[in-house]
Amino acid sequence: MSSLTRSLPLVVALLTLLLFPLFGSSFYVGLVTRIIIIAIFAMSLDLLIGYTGLVSFGHAAFFGIGGYALAIAFQDASVIPLWQALPLSLLAAGLAALVIGWISIRTSGIYFIMITLALSQMFFYYFFESPRYGGDDGIFLFLKPVLMIGSEDILNLDNENNFYYFALSSLVLTYLFLVMILQAPFGKVIKAIKANEHRVRALGYSTNGYKLVSFVLAGTLAGLAGFLEGAHTGYINPAYMSWHESGVAIAIVILGGVGTLYGPIVGAFIIVLLQNFLPELTEHWQLLLGGIVISVVLFLPRGATSLFPRLLSLIRTEKGVPLSQEESTKVDTDG
Amino acid sequence: MADAILRIDRLSKCFGGLIATNNVTLEFERGQVHAIIGPNGAGKTTLINLLSGDLSPNDGVILFNGRNITRLPPHKISQMGIGRSYQKTNIFAEFTCFENCWVAAQSRLKSSMRFFRPARHLQAVQERAERALGLCGLKPRRDIQASAMSYGEQRQLEIGMMLATEPELLLLDEPLAGMGREESLQVIELLRRLAKEHTLILIEHDMDAVFAIADQLTVMVNGRVLETGTVEQIRSSQAVQEAYLGVEEAV
Ligand SMILES: Nc1ncnc2c1ncn2[C@@H]1O[C@H](COP(=O)(O)OP(=O)(O)O)[C@@H](O)[C@H]1O
Ligand SMILES: [Mg+2]
Repeated sequence: MSSLTRSLPLVVALLTLLLFPLFGSSFYVGLVTRIIIIAIFAMSLDLLIGYTGLVSFGHAAFFGIGGYALAIAFQDASVIPLWQALPLSLLAAGLAALVIGWISIRTSGIYFIMITLALSQMFFYYFFESPRYGGDDGIFLFLKPVLMIGSEDILNLDNENNFYYFALSSLVLTYLFLVMILQAPFGKVIKAIKANEHRVRALGYSTNGYKLVSFVLAGTLAGLAGFLEGAHTGYINPAYMSWHESGVAIAIVILGGVGTLYGPIVGAFIIVLLQNFLPELTEHWQLLLGGIVISVVLFLPRGATSLFPRLLSLIRTEKGVPLSQEESTKVDTDG
Repeated sequence: MADAILRIDRLSKCFGGLIATNNVTLEFERGQVHAIIGPNGAGKTTLINLLSGDLSPNDGVILFNGRNITRLPPHKISQMGIGRSYQKTNIFAEFTCFENCWVAAQSRLKSSMRFFRPARHLQAVQERAERALGLCGLKPRRDIQASAMSYGEQRQLEIGMMLATEPELLLLDEPLAGMGREESLQVIELLRRLAKEHTLILIEHDMDAVFAIADQLTVMVNGRVLETGTVEQIRSSQAVQEAYLGVEEAV
């Protein structure tokens, strides 16, 4: 597929998202903001699962730490300066990822899954049982971050549309950042580690260093998502970093398409929308949600986004330009 | 010996009760092709694994260019200029041929912790990867996915990846195993060419190939060195005739 036809759906999607607040009601702008935030979170996990071969079951810890850093530092503040709060959240999540990553990247496979789960649960219980930080009630934030120069407001996130565009810019920048590092020498190495770590080591790379950097970058970006979620809802509680949240992130990545970056965006739309609207249909909505996830995984093992190339090839074959099987199933982001 | 590139002294490796490498002392001369032969299970692959750092010995010393490399991790040994190919094909199956060589070639950058500029702009890596691809004879298969190639071609790629790291000493573990006649001849020709500028340690069952390219020959049996010397010496050795070459003929 040419890079143009491949990026066309992305451009259309971006334009739709850019124009959305002009038409959507405030409720839907808020809902899509949440979807965008979850998409950033899932995309950061895709760097680990889809590109480094590290299936982390503790990714929500960094999401939560991003939110808690904001809440703890600014719960009594009279103003939340964006340029202090955001780097603080990123730093806190990055440091936590450094610690958890340093311990866990030494293991692999099922052990890696278990150890990331266990370590993230430690963070969960720390906040759950800490009266200082509100225990399981969490912390409320009554203000939104503001970007100021001098005493002038440049960007006030109190405005729902402002927040929406801030989150959307974060998503686009996260996507571009990940595309950039994946095409750089670093990206070549982590993809090779996913394919065959033993061989990468034999070729002269100290693989643990690359895995750790990948883990820290992913954790930092999850911290960005957590910061946005905390700022958006104004409420941070331990559920942010529960294993359930980590599991949902994995489901989103798999549902959308592992190792695609845009797949997690689609996955986030599907899951968050279902989470929102299924409860209106039936009280057994979680059963229904599980069924939908399982069906997608069974019938589209490469995720929902693997439908796009198939549809494209269908359109093309109708126009009389057949596409080889290999090409139609190949889904990757680097050209 | 005049100029040893690699010396191993009383090297031993046990797997539980099994002594796979038993007190092996050997020298490998710079610029020569040193073949190691022996029946299956003799401990040849284990010896290579010890040299490449894939395994660490229970006892003994390995000196490469006079430096002690015993128990160094594989990536450090690779960076010092020792390259290896694997008996069991060990490649990036879902990458193309070229991408396989690229990862190998990129390992010679000072660091791959580079995040901003696309890797494809790295001219030196590109050239190194293309050269390795040409040497191992896979230029026409450049953009084919490795898993879609024949077994013999995957074996060639195995060698190409090793070459892309531009090693000084090559450890080749049965490079001809599973290759067709045509591919075999091509690889023997390649080894002959490589031998002009590199030191080779070659494990191989194909005795014609061994006699065609080796200068030195070591025979291993049950983890021990049975005999070592020039090809001529080994050919006429009574012990070897009985223990190994004789066995081969009887089969
Ligand atoms: N990782 C291992 N664990 C246990 N035993 C091993 C291992 N690798 C090799 N061996 C044993 O060591 C002996 C030597 O094996 P190997 O070095 O592969 O022989 P060769 O390459 O000469 O055929 C064999 O008996 C083999 O079963
Ligand atoms: Mg062997």
